[in-house]
Amino acid sequence: MALFLVNVLDGFVTGLLLFMLCSGLTLIFSMMGVLNFAHASFYMLGAYFAYQISLVTGFWSGLLIAPLIVGIIGALIERYGLRRVHKYGHVPELIFTFGLALLIEEAVQFFWGKSQLPFSEPAALDFAAFAIAGNAFPAYKVFMIAVAMGIFLTLLYILTKTRIGMTIQAALSYPETVQNLGHNVPLVFMCVFGVGTAMAGLAGVIAGPVLGVFPGMALQLGSIVFVTIVIGGLGSLWGALVASLIIGWLQTFATAYDVTAEQILTAIGFTKPEMIWDHPLQDLWTLTLPQLGPILPYLLMIIVLVLRPQGLMGNRES
Amino acid sequence: MNKFNLMMASALAAGLVAGVAAAQEKIRIAFIDPLSGPFATTGTQGLAIYRHSVKELVNEPGALLNGQAEFEMVPFDNKISAKESLIQLQVAMDQGIRIIAQGASSGVANALTEAVAKHNRRNPDDPVIFLNHSAVDPALTNDKCQFWHFRFDANADIKMDALTDDIAANPDIKKVYVIGQDYSFGKAVAAAAQRFLKEKRPDIEIVGNELHPIGKVKDFTPYARKIVGSGADAVITGNWGGDMVGLGKAVMGAGFDKPIYTYYGATSGITAAFGEEGDGIVKLVGAGQVNPAPTPEAQEFIEAFYVNFPDLDFGQPQMANVAPMLAAAINEVGNATDIKAIAYALEGMEYDSIVTGKTVMRESDHQTIQTVTVQGQTPGAAFEYDKSGRGMVAETVVELASNDSATTCEMKRP
Amino acid sequence: MTIVSKTPLTAGTTRLISLSNTIPWAFAALFLLCLPFVFQTSSALTIMNQMAITIVFALSYNMLLGQGGMLSFGHAVYMGLGGFFAIHVMNMVEDGLWLPLPLLPLIGGLFGLIFAFLIGSFSTRRAGTVFAMISLGVGELIAACSVIIVVFFGGEEGISGDRTMGPPVFGYEFLTQQEVYYLTVVWLLVAALLMYLFSRTPIGRIANAVRDNEERAEFLGYSQRNVRWISFCASGFFAGVAGSLFAINFEILTEENLNLATSGSILLITFIGGAGFFVGPIIGAVVFTLLQTVLGLHTELWALYLGILFVACVMFFPSGFAGLIAMHRRPFALGKLKLLIKPYVKVAIPAITSVLSLAAILEILFHKRHGYGGDHEMHLYGIAFDSGGYQAVALAAIIAAISLFLVSRVLPEIRDAWDNANHAEDRA
Repeated sequence: MALFLVNVLDGFVTGLLLFMLCSGLTLIFSMMGVLNFAHASFYMLGAYFAYQISLVTGFWSGLLIAPLIVGIIGALIERYGLRRVHKYGHVPELIFTFGLALLIEEAVQFFWGKSQLPFSEPAALDFAAFAIAGNAFPAYKVFMIAVAMGIFLTLLYILTKTRIGMTIQAALSYPETVQNLGHNVPLVFMCVFGVGTAMAGLAGVIAGPVLGVFPGMALQLGSIVFVTIVIGGLGSLWGALVASLIIGWLQTFATAYDVTAEQILTAIGFTKPEMIWDHPLQDLWTLTLPQLGPILPYLLMIIVLVLRPQGLMGNRES
Repeated sequence: MNKFNLMMASALAAGLVAGVAAAQEKIRIAFIDPLSGPFATTGTQGLAIYRHSVKELVNEPGALLNGQAEFEMVPFDNKISAKESLIQLQVAMDQGIRIIAQGASSGVANALTEAVAKHNRRNPDDPVIFLNHSAVDPALTNDKCQFWHFRFDANADIKMDALTDDIAANPDIKKVYVIGQDYSFGKAVAAAAQRFLKEKRPDIEIVGNELHPIGKVKDFTPYARKIVGSGADAVITGNWGGDMVGLGKAVMGAGFDKPIYTYYGATSGITAAFGEEGDGIVKLVGAGQVNPAPTPEAQEFIEAFYVNFPDLDFGQPQMANVAPMLAAAINEVGNATDIKAIAYALEGMEYDSIVTGKTVMRESDHQTIQTVTVQGQTPGAAFEYDKSGRGMVAETVVELASNDSATTCEMKRP
Repeated sequence: MTIVSKTPLTAGTTRLISLSNTIPWAFAALFLLCLPFVFQTSSALTIMNQMAITIVFALSYNMLLGQGGMLSFGHAVYMGLGGFFAIHVMNMVEDGLWLPLPLLPLIGGLFGLIFAFLIGSFSTRRAGTVFAMISLGVGELIAACSVIIVVFFGGEEGISGDRTMGPPVFGYEFLTQQEVYYLTVVWLLVAALLMYLFSRTPIGRIANAVRDNEERAEFLGYSQRNVRWISFCASGFFAGVAGSLFAINFEILTEENLNLATSGSILLITFIGGAGFFVGPIIGAVVFTLLQTVLGLHTELWALYLGILFVACVMFFPSGFAGLIAMHRRPFALGKLKLLIKPYVKVAIPAITSVLSLAAILEILFHKRHGYGGDHEMHLYGIAFDSGGYQAVALAAIIAAISLFLVSRVLPEIRDAWDNANHAEDRA
């Protein structure tokens, strides 16, 4: 029971972290119709910049400055890259961001090398907040929860309660009308892209000390981020939150419990072959739930797409 | 398009011809390991150790054919891919190189040893020799052994033998958790851990034995929770690269402060990532030793390494043995062209290494028997890793480790 | 909406096979058959074989992207599965099954087709983002399975085989790279021809129609889903053929053949080559293979250059290399191609210099940062120098600046010449 509680908390942290990435991605998608394949690369850039800044001035200034730099880079890429490609259509846009992801990974290796960097949580948060049955829960994770919740509430407030939010939502549905009303739609797009990537950068700063800062960190998260927003429904903030939490818990609980295929198969009456090695069904017998953990989100996505292509909470198809 | 194709292809051919023409009278060793991509650090570090040992132990002392010849390392980037490795092997052979060195990843080593065996079967007059400096899947010198493959590292079983010696000597350890990556090497580590612990300390309970997907786990926290929850007194893992960092940090972060026995829990950014938290906790089993330097020659050799390569670590001591042992075999044969005779000369060779003590290339399976040590992460070690101010210091030393271990190898000799 | 222009090849009213489109094929065949007399080293043959396999794979991918407008992030699945089945059959041949090696690609193709049929049954229901995301999910799923289902995929080390164990074909046992080259090339020609003919058939035409406007095609009475499904199956077949050719060449298949990186690079190849043209993927495959293998021998930064090339390609010439070449069709038809030669040569010299010097800056900086410590001696373009100080970088930067300036000076001239060459009447 104690372990169950710990896992609920861990899954919550994983889910919220995923949400920080997904919220920016889904925001960009709902505004511009662009699936930004390089989104996780901006997350990586955030972590690397924060590491570099932390060498000079410490963690906290990195937390503020790194997302800002990432956001500016994102806005510039939108202005001089994406906008150019936009006129060719959606597929080239997608391919552009795909190429960008490759390029950023190579550039990061060019500047910082290929090893993992020693980026650790600030000393002020380097203690165990509490422990459940010997399992320590780091204060840093409490901090992560607080930041993620803060972002969600701020976004929700801006999008639904402020003038800017209204303009953004209007620009999304009726770009021409909004333009005619005197709003600068391209500028709005640029800002949204900048803010979205800055949020990815912030996620990178926060995740860096926990998940590690290395050139493969974008690739490791790249596709799962897509899976999450597709499951949640493209363009839906609530959907992103729900899907992130589902995936966070799904992965945590799948790895936490050692359910094996052997237990299930013997329970329904099969007997395990004597010589399990070299048996054609060996893999079926030796399968465990933790092994399946990483592929569950993909399975879930395919099922969702086949049964409900607009996603759990989306209201339109791509 | 065909003209374009032709143009490009002729440019390529011109390059190849130029490459062949530029070949020198040196004895060249093809070093096929990842030099770009996520595992580039491993390859770069290995290449540096080779270059250093070639220079200090063979070329400068004139130890090859009475100083008449020199070794030259020719690097080939295999991007840690089996397919690329086979292409690079082909390119190396076309350049006239018949000595192949590789080590990063047992998967690649398996592909290369098969390719080399096939080539030698199809071209019996023009064989190639494969020197494996760090791929430790036991199968390579057991079921999959072949005459042209020589392993200079201690295999996973030998390392586990030494590692469990250390555990057996520690009465505080009653429960052990074994965790590894889900592939041949991870499985070999798990099987060896079970076998040796049962044999040496039947009272030790293995409270967890699991495999996780390789390179796919983003957050190791749930595994760490299970480990802490199981009440284990020690963890054994064969993880490497990002999986090692992730597991180590998560386990220590969850409040685990007992020994974590690893195969690859140091250098390449890992020691720096663990930092102070890992001191006294992270253990590593490996061939030879770095801290303290086992011989005065080793002291000098490693010091010179850090002067020449200040950005890299002297990570895998046994790699420094390959060049001098190969030189001894070539000296015995008298030339570097009769690859078959060189292979026979390597078989059963005894060598006094400056870093791995008395070292024997076992005839029955081409597995090197040497000193294996269990090392602990210690602050202030003489030779540090990752410029972190800490390094791995030998705690348990086993000479000629697993000398009498059994092998299933049935060597077919040409 | 789509990246592809209308198919530039002649319209479907011409007969499927005519003299005018037989000649290029005959020429290609002759050329490929003669190539081994020029390049005899087995590594050159290996690289050419790899190129041929990539071409088949890229062409099959373009049946989806270029002809059908389906963006797939998991095409490696069909090549990989075809290859794995082929290598298992190869191992069965070793155990006594009678099957001549040249027929093996049929087996791989068949399994590629079967899996494309199964997966296509639900993934082709919709095009666009939904299709792309399902392909990504399926790709990740199968790649992850490859380490779980060890019996079939061999786990991390993969499955290997020996191609020489089958019955000899006309006395050939496929021991040498050259024999394998001919086998590969024959299959390349057959597969490319079949894919070309497929694009000429009514179903290939309708695929284009569905790509350009789903609804209109639907109103004309074609089920857009079925059209996509059929293209998808055909594409899966040829991907499987490519996988079998891989199995024959490398005699090993691993997880790498299935993963996202392979799927991503085939997208990259097809796009750089030009998805709107039948020859596009062929150009892309040749360029990519050369960059990867030949450039990879000379610099650690090859992937960085490839990334830059790819992004630049999407930004500045989204119709790919083939599109660049096709742009010259009109000047050629007007007989004015020669007008462009002089300005092209004029820009080529500073342009190449600037690319080389920019690359030099990157190489020197990289060497400074990550080269062997203490050892700052560096060789670049045949020159040995010290990368430690800032002189080398400064020199390269100056050269780059000057040559870029020269390029910008020549550009108006090119623009004029281009306008001129594209108009029937002279406007000098």
